[in-house]
Amino acid sequence: MLRFALRRFLQTIPVMLCIITVTFFMVRFAPGGPFTTEKALSPEVLRNLEAHYGLDRPLWEQYVNYLGKLVRGDLGPSLKYTNRTVTEIIAEKLPVSLELGAWALLVALLLGLPLGIVAAVKRNTWLDYLCSSVGMVGICVPTFVLGPLLALLLGIHLQWFNVSGWYEPGDRVLPAVTLGFVYAAYLMRLTRGGMLEILHQDFIRTARAKGASETRVIFKHALRGGLLPVVSFLGPAIAGILTGSFVIETIFQIPGLGREFVNSAFNRDYTLVLGTVILYAALIVLLNLVADIAQVWLNPKLKFE
Amino acid sequence: MSAPFSEPPRPADNRTLTAARTSELDAGYSPGADAWRRLRKNKLAVFGGVTLLVLALLCVVGPLFLSTSYQDQDLELGAVGPCAEHWLGTDTLGRDLFARMLYGGRISLGVGLSATLVALTIGVLYGAIAGYVGGKTDAVMMRFVDILYALPFTIFVILLMVIFGRNIILLFVAIGAVEWLTMARIVRGQVMALKKLEFIEAARALGYGNRRIIFRHMLPNIVGPIIVYTTLTIPAVMLLEAFLSFLGLGVQPPMSSWGTLIKDGAEKMEEYWWLLVFPCSVFSLTLFSLNFLGDGLRDAFDVRSAKD
Repeated sequence: MLRFALRRFLQTIPVMLCIITVTFFMVRFAPGGPFTTEKALSPEVLRNLEAHYGLDRPLWEQYVNYLGKLVRGDLGPSLKYTNRTVTEIIAEKLPVSLELGAWALLVALLLGLPLGIVAAVKRNTWLDYLCSSVGMVGICVPTFVLGPLLALLLGIHLQWFNVSGWYEPGDRVLPAVTLGFVYAAYLMRLTRGGMLEILHQDFIRTARAKGASETRVIFKHALRGGLLPVVSFLGPAIAGILTGSFVIETIFQIPGLGREFVNSAFNRDYTLVLGTVILYAALIVLLNLVADIAQVWLNPKLKFE
Repeated sequence: MSAPFSEPPRPADNRTLTAARTSELDAGYSPGADAWRRLRKNKLAVFGGVTLLVLALLCVVGPLFLSTSYQDQDLELGAVGPCAEHWLGTDTLGRDLFARMLYGGRISLGVGLSATLVALTIGVLYGAIAGYVGGKTDAVMMRFVDILYALPFTIFVILLMVIFGRNIILLFVAIGAVEWLTMARIVRGQVMALKKLEFIEAARALGYGNRRIIFRHMLPNIVGPIIVYTTLTIPAVMLLEAFLSFLGLGVQPPMSSWGTLIKDGAEKMEEYWWLLVFPCSVFSLTLFSLNFLGDGLRDAFDVRSAKD
């Protein structure tokens, strides 16, 4: 087990290195630069700026320098926000994105799990069909469609929520529901599938034969095995929720890291782009790693493959 | 992890002997006709297929019969709601929304099809080669796919589109580059299973070259799974295109796709609800239809889903 975890962890290193390298050179080969403004700077100012940030060195030297600093946890200064480091900007914006993600995950779990269990237990009844249709809607209606529609209906028409902003507690509702709904749909499908498979098995029949109540059979006996596929999906789901917040932050004008990332790419703020990409990539790779290990841990059959 | 697709070898004619199908075997249907019969029984899949056909026909042929073009402006008219003259209303520049949606559909469906074609070509070739050659080559090739799977692709596509300008060719490449991975895995698994069967050995004994064996003997036998996953890739591709267009990184004006229409609609929804509701509806309807059709095809061809 430990060896598997370690080997899986070591595999993430080349992936991360690959991401950093590709991003580094991709941003650099892009036309334009961080100091390209509407009013052209004089060549001398430009040269001084570049020298200040070390941008006048050969590219490979900058790359090596960057990696060296990165290992020590230094993401460098932002090129657009003067006198602010990338770490500071991320520290300011990331909590907003994380909060949004946490609410969305809560919505997904609270909606997806119960619906999935109900659908599996009441299989082939109207309840099942209702839950399954909700699942299909969630998968076919993407966030950028659902978000504006919800804002139109609940925000503008019924006036229940603000359409944009991130001030009152009520402002969390629409973005979280929009972002969480897709994953609620996936979770519902997975839970339903997992539960159906388990409910067929002999030990469930044994539990019923012993005279255990239906509630006990479902929650005590079936749920543990039935939730296995859900656990392994949680890693990619959290990763998806994190990157999905780009669109949500744009729709609802939330001052999170997702919007900052898109802006920084437009501004050619090299260090900020790199810092954000590395952060997101590390989170995603880490979550996948945890999901893989959790899967093996929960299902010992996989250990020998 | 290393063997994402370990199905038992599945003979080409799909004669898994379930009781229900023995009678069909007696009648002697070809596997294609067999799948077609099962597909027609699936109401949702038929609904999806018919809806798609109607939508595609409307988008391709419809604009020829319209009196207004998607860029005809009528500034004095401005934005009006659905009425007899403009079925779905007009936008703030007085452009007919119905016409814009038909043209947008051309772009959306066109991008969906062509980017899928890119993904299909890369995925099938890559998977077939890896599966056929096997050994170290296969290990290296599939490890590469594993690494790509782990990359945060949404981030890279956004980065690519922001940085290198927004031209439509790059859009194809970016989307195609993301979506070929699953196809490669599936084709590899199928080819590996086929490789051990006698008829491939027979073909090799006859002295046929590798290329001939792959293209003439193997690929025709895995058309089923390829069709199924192509159908399921199209909605994924359309979703990505609309996602990018929504962020303002995809299709650029004066061209419009359904994604850009949704973006415009979302900006003006406070005054003009129809600009948001109609493009959203038709886009979701298309995704529904494609998914229903894809699921139906999967059941019809009896392909087990490859959940990654």
